[in-house]
Amino acid sequence: MSTLTKTTYQIPIGPIHPALKEPVMFEFEIDGEQIVNVDVRLGHVHRAIEWAGTRRNPIQVLYLAERICGICSYCHPMAFALAVERIAGIEVPDRAQYLRVIHAELERICSHILWAGVAAHEIGFDSVLFLTWEMRERALDLTEYLTGNRVTKGITMIGGIRRDITPDMHPQIHEKLQYFKDNFEKIRHIYLDDKTFKMRTKGCGVLTKEEAVKLNAVGPTARASGVKIDVRRDQSFFAYGDLDFDYITPDVLTGEVNGDVYDRIIVRLLEVKQSLELIEQSLKQMPEGPIVAEPKIAKLLAMLKKADGEAIGRMEAPRGEVFHYVKMNGSECPYFWKVRAPTYSNILPWIPMLKGEQIADIPIVAASTDPCMSCTNRVTFIEKNNSYTLDREELHRRSVEKTRRLCP
Amino acid sequence: MVKALTKSFKKSLWVYHCNSGSCNGCDIEIIAALCPRYDVERFGIKLVGTPRHADVLLITGPVTRQLVEKVKRVYAQMPDPKAVICVGNCGNTGDVFYESYNLVGPIDQVIPVDVYVIGCPPRPENIINGVAKAWVKLETLEAKR
Repeated sequence: MSTLTKTTYQIPIGPIHPALKEPVMFEFEIDGEQIVNVDVRLGHVHRAIEWAGTRRNPIQVLYLAERICGICSYCHPMAFALAVERIAGIEVPDRAQYLRVIHAELERICSHILWAGVAAHEIGFDSVLFLTWEMRERALDLTEYLTGNRVTKGITMIGGIRRDITPDMHPQIHEKLQYFKDNFEKIRHIYLDDKTFKMRTKGCGVLTKEEAVKLNAVGPTARASGVKIDVRRDQSFFAYGDLDFDYITPDVLTGEVNGDVYDRIIVRLLEVKQSLELIEQSLKQMPEGPIVAEPKIAKLLAMLKKADGEAIGRMEAPRGEVFHYVKMNGSECPYFWKVRAPTYSNILPWIPMLKGEQIADIPIVAASTDPCMSCTNRVTFIEKNNSYTLDREELHRRSVEKTRRLCP
Repeated sequence: MVKALTKSFKKSLWVYHCNSGSCNGCDIEIIAALCPRYDVERFGIKLVGTPRHADVLLITGPVTRQLVEKVKRVYAQMPDPKAVICVGNCGNTGDVFYESYNLVGPIDQVIPVDVYVIGCPPRPENIINGVAKAWVKLETLEAKR
């Protein structure tokens, strides 16, 4: 009676799939409606950015780093700039530190509202997608007003920032921020009180605190599981040390931490509000002064050419901690550049989140970590058209070789 | 290539969006074009979930080695008559990734492209302009017959 034997079956999803805007491939092992196992395959968006970065000078790399991901187009070049400034010993002026906070928080608002729309779309609530994207356009208007661009901002400069905010720009900024404040309650009501949202997101895709810590979740994904990590507080950079804010975990609002998709919505919603407050605080406290340490690009490049050493640039991107390692050895181009984007840490938590859920929950659970594949992709080894697996010894050998290569 | 444009084709274009390794910048601008501020659905332009339903292929990104076969397959799955719009500089020329070892593109070396939309990323207005140009191109093709 082999027909009655209970077996699981495989469903491949992706890499090109209507529900996923980016190429990523999943292999689900399904038993009836339940997910038994998940495997994720990455590598479709590998564009050799780190490799290209070692062939360009640090200022050119800023624009390359901006194109790692279109949604985090501010935090990648900024983390790179933080690392390079540390190597070259460049002191960033106070005013630029506050301007950097304003742009970082503005990016967080854009990204979280975008995510809210995508989450609504994934559960089939398209009218909310349009509502949130209408709001997002206002945030993009403000971005365009401050930087001149909508998506890739081109605002970063090593040792400062490229555009100032003059006092005559303040009224328009406050007007835009007021729009978000007025509409915050409306959005909160839709996401947190609506029956459809509650039904689909409560108790779905649970990530416990232990698993979040064990699997190195970062950013809102970790905070929604009750782990208090936020690079903005843990390691003060820019002007965050002078600003008043705290970790956001779901118990701030509801008094309990479940680690489900609903909690991730709460965290992101409250972070939008927090970002608005941070922008206002920065505008108020911003001192007068220069906005860039060395305005002459040729002089700056000459200074960077002499820089020798290695450093890490960390900052809190909308999705979590972004981590850039840069090594320079006194030549025109960086000797080595390594990027670790937040999604890379947030992929493994998918496995406990998705296990035991239904097939229909895949999109909302996967979307709840706000994945960004362009940030994450890595090389797959292919030799004579056959991909091969690297075992532990081989990986260790390569790792040791790489360390030796970097530190001769 | 075209026998005759169908009636539905003249009234509304259905668009399929395919990412061939882009940075998301163009992709979010395409979605922004569909959302209330620009609202292209009022002209009948609609994003569909499968290439088999689409008249126009919006393709972003510089075509990485892993995705080249998939992009060709998506193109082959679309019914004739069809138009391809390449959105964004990296699909047109390679842009900042031009020297990368993992790229097969620009896109026009993989599949035939009808309209090039420039910008990194292009503004939604520019994307809408590109779709309108594809429309004009297909209509003139038909008029010549």
